[in-house]
Amino acid sequence: MRRYAALRLAQAAGVLWAAYTVSFLVLDLLPGDPVSAMAGAGADQAGVDPAQIARLRSEYGFDDPIPVQYVHYLGRALRGDFGDSVAGGRPVTSVIGDALPSTLQLVAAGMALAVLFGGGLALAATYTARRWLRQLLLSLPPLGVSVPTFWAGLMLVEIFSFRARLLPAFGNGGLRGLILPAVTLAIPTGAIVAQVLAKSLLTALDEPYIQTARAKGAGRPRIHLRHALRNASLPALTVVGVLVGQLMANSVVIETVFSRNGLGRVTAGAVAAQDIPLVQGVVVFGALVFVLVNLIVDLVYPLLDPRIAAAGGRRWRPA
Amino acid sequence: MLAAGLTALTACGSGGGGSGAGAGTPRTGGTLTFAVGSDAGCTDPQQVGSNDTIYSVRQLVDSLTDQDPSTGKIVPWLAQSWTISRDARTFTFHLRPGVTFSDGSALTSEVVKANFDAVPKLGPLGLLAEGYLSGYQGTDVVDDLTFKVRFKQPNAQFLQATATHSLGIEAAASVRKTPQQRCAEGIVGSGPFTLQKYVPSQSITLAARKGYAWGSSLWKKQGAAYLDRLVFKILPESGVRTGGLQSGQVDAIGSVGRADESALKSSGVQLLARANPGVVFGLSPNNTRSPLTDEKVRQAIALGIDRQQIAQTVFPTGTQPATSVLAHTTPGYVNVGAALSHDPARAKSLLQSDGWTPGGDGVLQKGGKKLSITATWAPVAATNKPALELLQQQLKTIGVQLALKEQPVAQLAQLQTSGNFDLLFGNVTRADPDILRSSFSSKLANPYRLPATGLDGLLDGQAAEPDQAKRLDLVAQAQRQIVQHAYTIPVVELQTELGVAKKVHGVLFDASSRIQLHDAWIG
Repeated sequence: MRRYAALRLAQAAGVLWAAYTVSFLVLDLLPGDPVSAMAGAGADQAGVDPAQIARLRSEYGFDDPIPVQYVHYLGRALRGDFGDSVAGGRPVTSVIGDALPSTLQLVAAGMALAVLFGGGLALAATYTARRWLRQLLLSLPPLGVSVPTFWAGLMLVEIFSFRARLLPAFGNGGLRGLILPAVTLAIPTGAIVAQVLAKSLLTALDEPYIQTARAKGAGRPRIHLRHALRNASLPALTVVGVLVGQLMANSVVIETVFSRNGLGRVTAGAVAAQDIPLVQGVVVFGALVFVLVNLIVDLVYPLLDPRIAAAGGRRWRPA
Repeated sequence: MLAAGLTALTACGSGGGGSGAGAGTPRTGGTLTFAVGSDAGCTDPQQVGSNDTIYSVRQLVDSLTDQDPSTGKIVPWLAQSWTISRDARTFTFHLRPGVTFSDGSALTSEVVKANFDAVPKLGPLGLLAEGYLSGYQGTDVVDDLTFKVRFKQPNAQFLQATATHSLGIEAAASVRKTPQQRCAEGIVGSGPFTLQKYVPSQSITLAARKGYAWGSSLWKKQGAAYLDRLVFKILPESGVRTGGLQSGQVDAIGSVGRADESALKSSGVQLLARANPGVVFGLSPNNTRSPLTDEKVRQAIALGIDRQQIAQTVFPTGTQPATSVLAHTTPGYVNVGAALSHDPARAKSLLQSDGWTPGGDGVLQKGGKKLSITATWAPVAATNKPALELLQQQLKTIGVQLALKEQPVAQLAQLQTSGNFDLLFGNVTRADPDILRSSFSSKLANPYRLPATGLDGLLDGQAAEPDQAKRLDLVAQAQRQIVQHAYTIPVVELQTELGVAKKVHGVLFDASSRIQLHDAWIG
C-alpha cells in the first residue's frame, strides 16, 4: 500500500510539471505577447510606437531567450510564486483565490445535480420493467452529452429568465443565481454519470450473485439498491475524477454565458490577453485539482477493493 | 437646479445624439444599470482604451477641456481658459478655482503637473495617453491655478487630447501609485461619480459625488448628477445583454448589433447611435508590397468597393459609407466621396490600362502573376468578418482575388512593425484629425509604409498650426491626397450603437462617441 501511494504521488508531481511545461511552450509558440495584446486592446490599431512596445517588452522580460524565461518562471513557481498578472498587476495566486469560491460553488452544485439526476435516471431506467420506458430513459444521456453547453445555457436563460422572469440571467447573486448555471453544468455531466451507471448496473444485474440473491427471495428494490448498485458504483467513482476536469472546463463556457465571476472567466480573459503568468497559474491549478481528485480516487480504491493494492498498484479499470 | 435641468432637455440631442429628448421632468435619484460586453481589468481612465470600460471610468474624472460633439470645438471644463503659443509647442492653462477631488484634496497646477509627469511611465496600457503627450518636455507651474505644458515639437493635437478620458485628471494620491495599483484599486478623481466597488469581470459600481459643482460647460444640469448610482454589469454574451434589456434586468446596453435592432425596437427600447470620429474602417495596404506599390491597383480596389452595400448589409442601421479617410464626426472632415464611389467599369479599365489581363479563373494576371491580395484582420468587432467576406465578393467582380487571414488582436501591433501584410482591416477612434499624422506620416511609425511625399508636409503643418481654420484647411488637403493616391482604402464608418430603456433619459454621446452620464436620469 505504501509503495502504491508513493508511486501515485510521484506520478502526480510528474503530471503537474508536464502541465506547466507544455502550457509554457504552447503560450510561447503563440504569436504576440501580453504587451502587444494590451497595446491592441482598444480595438484601434495605430499610433502605437513600436519602440515603446519593444521597451516595455524588455521591461517585462519577454525578450529574454525562452530557456531563460522558463527557468526563471519555473523556479518561482516551485516556491508557490506565480508572479503578477500582466494585465491587472495583481498576484496570480490572489486572482485565482478570489475567483475560486464562486467556481467551487458552481462545480459543487453542478456535481450534486449531476449525481442526483444522472444516478436517478440510471436507476429508473434499469429498474423499470417497461421496455419502452427503459429505451426512452436510456436515450436521454446521449442527448445530454451532445447538446452544446452554451446553447443549453442560452435556452434556459431565454425560457426561465427573459420569458418567465423567474430567475436572474446573470451574476453571482446568491442561490437563485446559481440555479440556472448549475443545471446547465449538470446536463452533460449528469448524462455521463447516467450512461456509466446504467451500463454497469445492467452488467451487474446479469451477474450470478444477483440470481443467487433472487433465489434467496430478496425483493426487486433490495436487489437493485443493495446488491447491484453497490458493485456498479465502482466504475462511476472512477469517472468522477474525469468529470471534475470536465466540470472545470465547462465552467469557462457557463461562467461566460451567465456572466458569473469565477475561474472560467479568469481563464478565458487570461488566454485572450495572453497574460502568460495568469494562464500558467490557472493551468497548474487545474492540473493540481485534477491530480488531487484522481489521487484520492486511486487511494480510495484499494480500500473498497483490496484486490487493487494486491495487484501491485495497477489500477483496475472498468470495462 | 431643477429649472436648469428643464431648459437642458429642450436643447437635447443636437448632433451629439441623446435619449429621451423633452420627455417630462427630470428626476433626481435612482440607479442606472448598464450592461457592457467586456472588462479591461483596469479602472484607471488614463490606462483604459476599450469602449466598454471607458463608459464607466470616464465618469470618475474631469478633463481640462471638453469637446462639443456637434462642432468639434474645444470648450472649458476644469480649465477656464487657455492659450497656445504660435509654434504650437507651449500650452498655458488657467484652472477653475474651488475644484476638489473626492479625497478632499484640491485641484492645483501641481496636481496636473504630477499627472502629466507620470503619463510617460504608465506602461503598456497607457499607450493612448502616452501618445497624446509624445515629445512632452515638462509642465511649468506658474501659480496655483496656472501652468504651462511644453513640448519638444509642435503638438496642436494636445488641446483636443486634454478633452479625452485618457488625460482625465486624477488626485495626487492616485498619481503616486504604480500603474498596476491604479488599475486594481481604482483611482480618485474629481468627476461627477466616484468608484464604489470593482469586481473584476463582474461589475463596476459608481456613486454620485456629493457637492460636485464643476461640470463641463457642455452639460445642461448644474451641480451634481441626477442619478445616485451607476452599475456597469459585464455580460459577455450579446444575447444575454439584449434579453436583459428587454426583460428589464438592465437599463442600457452597449454594442448593439444589427441582428438585435428589430427585437429591441419592438420592445420599446431606444437605439442611440453616433459615428466614431477618427480613421474609418478600411483596408490599409503595405504600400511597399507588390502589387500594392502600384497606385493604379490601389485605386482600382477603391473603385471596386460598393460601400453602400456593405454599410447596409453588415453594419447597424444608420451606418454611413466612408466619404473620406476620416469619419464625418471628426473635426476637419471633408467629403471626398466622389473619389470613393462604386465604379467597377472604371476599376476594370484602370487595371486593363495597367497591363492586367483576365486569366482562366476570372482573376486578373500580369506577367504570370495573379492579382491576389491578402487582407489581414482581427476579430475585434463582430462586423469584421461579414464585411470582409462581402468585400471579397465585390472585388471578385473586378478580377481581384482577396484572401482573408484572421489574426489574434495581440498580433496586430507586431504585424504593423514587421510590415508582414498586404492589407490590414481596421479603424482608429480619435476626435482630432492629427490621427492622420500618427497613421500616415512617413516620418513616424508609418505602419503602412507610405513613401515620403508632400503629404508629410501637410501633416506636420497641421500639427504645428495653432490657428484652427488654417489647420483644418491643411487637414482637408491631406484627406484629398490620401484618398486620391489610395494610400489607404476607406470602406465604412464605425458607428457606436447603444440600447437604452424607454424610462432612461439624457444619455449623451461625447465627441469621441463615448457617453457622459452626468445629465442622465430615470423617469
